Amino acid sequence: MAELLQFVSSGLTVGAIYALVALGFTLIYKASDIINFAQGEFVMLGGMTTVFMTLAGVPLPLAASIAIVATTAIGVALHRFAIEPARGASAVSLIMITIGASIFLRGTAQIVFDRRFHSLPPLLGADPIHFGGAAILPQSLVVLASATVIVTLLWLFIDRTLLGKAVLATAANRLAARLIGIDTRRIVEFSFAISAAIGAIAGILITPIALTSYDVGTLLALKGFAAAMLGGIGSALGAVVGGLLIGMIEAFAAGYLSSNYKDAVAFLIILVVLIFIPQGLFGRAKIERV
Amino acid sequence: MRKIIDMRLLPVLAITAIVVVLPYFFPSAYYYRIGALVLIFALAVVGLNLLMGFAGQVSLGHAGFLGIGAYSVAIGPGYFGAPSWLCLFVGAMLSGVVAFLVGRPILRLKGHYLAVATLGFGLLVAIVLTNEAGFTGGPDGMSVPKLVLFGWSARGADAWYWIAGATFIGGFLLALNLMQSPTGRALQAIHDSEIAALVLGVDVARKKLTIFTISAMYASVAGSYLALFNGHITPDVAGFLRSIELVAMVVLGGMGSIVGSLVGAVVLVVLPQALTVFHEYEQALLGLIVMVFMIFLRRGIVPSLATKFAGWRK
Amino acid sequence: MTILEADRLSISFGGVRAIDGVSIAIESGQVFSIIGPNGSGKTTLFNLVSGIYTPNDGNVRLGGETVTGLTPDRLARRGLSRTFQNLQIFSRMSVLENVMVGRHRHEHTGILAELLHWPSVTRQNEATREAARMVLGRVGLAEAADRPAASLAYGALKRLEIARALASEPKLLLLDEPAAGCNAVETQEIDRVIRSIVKDGTTVVLVEHDMRLVMNISDRVHVLASGRTLAEGTPDEVRSNPAVIEAYLGVHGSQEAAHALD
Repeated sequence: MAELLQFVSSGLTVGAIYALVALGFTLIYKASDIINFAQGEFVMLGGMTTVFMTLAGVPLPLAASIAIVATTAIGVALHRFAIEPARGASAVSLIMITIGASIFLRGTAQIVFDRRFHSLPPLLGADPIHFGGAAILPQSLVVLASATVIVTLLWLFIDRTLLGKAVLATAANRLAARLIGIDTRRIVEFSFAISAAIGAIAGILITPIALTSYDVGTLLALKGFAAAMLGGIGSALGAVVGGLLIGMIEAFAAGYLSSNYKDAVAFLIILVVLIFIPQGLFGRAKIERV
Repeated sequence: MRKIIDMRLLPVLAITAIVVVLPYFFPSAYYYRIGALVLIFALAVVGLNLLMGFAGQVSLGHAGFLGIGAYSVAIGPGYFGAPSWLCLFVGAMLSGVVAFLVGRPILRLKGHYLAVATLGFGLLVAIVLTNEAGFTGGPDGMSVPKLVLFGWSARGADAWYWIAGATFIGGFLLALNLMQSPTGRALQAIHDSEIAALVLGVDVARKKLTIFTISAMYASVAGSYLALFNGHITPDVAGFLRSIELVAMVVLGGMGSIVGSLVGAVVLVVLPQALTVFHEYEQALLGLIVMVFMIFLRRGIVPSLATKFAGWRK
Repeated sequence: MTILEADRLSISFGGVRAIDGVSIAIESGQVFSIIGPNGSGKTTLFNLVSGIYTPNDGNVRLGGETVTGLTPDRLARRGLSRTFQNLQIFSRMSVLENVMVGRHRHEHTGILAELLHWPSVTRQNEATREAARMVLGRVGLAEAADRPAASLAYGALKRLEIARALASEPKLLLLDEPAAGCNAVETQEIDRVIRSIVKDGTTVVLVEHDMRLVMNISDRVHVLASGRTLAEGTPDEVRSNPAVIEAYLGVHGSQEAAHALD
């Protein structure tokens, strides 16, 4: 029982991070049909910038804020200088551009920062909370609480604000959105900004638990991508559920099978899901129209 | 009739001429090494291009087959005492069988879904190679015995330049043949409209599976060559970045252009070598190059240049 | 002889009954047209018959054999082919190559022979090319054979799709709005092509909005409205059927509609 609880708590923590990455994928995909493989780099940039700011003596809250702003700016730049000029390119070309961007950001990070692993002090101290025989890190609670807040805010924003409705309209039908006067180009740019910010926050939150380095982005992006697919790409609810599920599956696989194969189990499950319910858990099956 | 055949073989003859003549301009043995690497990768890229450029099906996990081929010639001789050439052959068969089994369910998927499924497959191969340290030496990899054929041992970059060159030209010719056959036409049709191909009686699922299997075998042979040539292999050969590199070569050279496959391999093998001068900046520059090429030559180098050239002639 | 029989076909999308218990029986050698207002389910019926959708209910028999749920490629190999309302051209290929794909079910070369380009492949390619050229001639596109398909005008693309389907030598050919978007001259050309197809013994099923074309060419006309059968009969019977006229333009417009259908 204690073991189970332990796995659930660590699975949910990592899962929350995957969920945030998946949410970033979903936002950009909804607005533009682009799969942004540089999503994981946003997470890395958030963590690494914060680490190096604090090393330079900047207080943690300020360092974190600067990191979020800087990552958001990079997200906007990515859209303006790499995605926007390639408008109308094929899906594969666009995927390659974002992969190129991810390699570029990673390469730049290893020059600007370094190639070592770094950590941050946890927000609520490092003493584990004992609960039902399991030791739960306070930072886990911070991660879960923050993820909940972000998801709620995002939902409120989409549901309650005019800009949010414009994002929805763009997602539903780009041409129609443009016809009623929505600047869809700006909406896409905005989705890149928000995705980058969410990614950066995820990066800052997870660093005290999982460490960060210039190359953590790739695997995070893959897991986040997988989570988005598992949930049904384009579904925000699916992204969150998919992320949590993959986090849990991984934690249980690592605990009960072998920690070497925890990544394998995650990808194996994704293959199975894709084969049997290709539209994902919350996606809708497409009807082919001819 | 004869004229048609000559025209058909023109690109093959041109490439053969380049492969044969180029070494006379190599200032040092180091260039044989680069040349061999280019040709080995080009072989894998031709196979992937058959899948992506002609049939229109993306694979983000093709390095998995590179890995199967590479570890076949590493494990086979080491653990079972089988000759390398046999292991290369068995590896290609194994890759074909794996592709057939994996492809059956996942090739029904389309677009992004197919991308993530193939990606997952590639990662699984890499994870297995990393973790089965008893056989594969784990993350540090393992050494690969030299290829011995009829008592002659293939060592040295120049030998591998010629082996890879001959195989690449063979692979090039087979690909060209396939494209100008009923199956080739069916594949190109699938790329443009799967549904139209279906109502004309094309068994789309089987055609996709066929080409996926063939392209996996191309990658497997290239992987075996890479291992035999380097004499050492690590799981990185099957990694995500390798898969991406292969896709980048296809897209950079030009989807559906077999000549483009060679050009793509040249660019992405030679550039990093040239960039080692900048050492630290290598990755950043590589990323930048991929982005710039994709933004400004989005159809790939060969098709874009061909269009430009046709424009001038008018 | 009845070549195609559909028995009480039904399919729903998200709770909406797009086709609701429709039955048709098509005699060999006829032109059978399906008409109806926009959204009445004509194309959906085509998609059910040609295996693109699987019906929730009912079954389809082709030449007496039950073929419900068979995939389109299987049906094609049993002699059923079709064209599409929104063109599905192989745009990267030449006009001739498009039609050559249509010959696919008559091509017999193994993958090994193809990779090695054995003489059998060369012979097959020649045979296919010849057959494709002949079909292109039948739809009046012989001149355009070597042009990129994407460079053809709209009306010519419509005929290219027909040629491609014809190349598979179907017993039954479904044409989904072959004249949509065509001008008068192009429509006349389509009319000529359809007549020649029927003369060669192929049964044609037509979905079309151009009433003049439909009334001229059809042996029987089946009228759909909101996914259900409204009427069926000869063109004359359908033209004078008050329910049909009403469905097309509503009660008030029925006067004008009667003219439109003439």
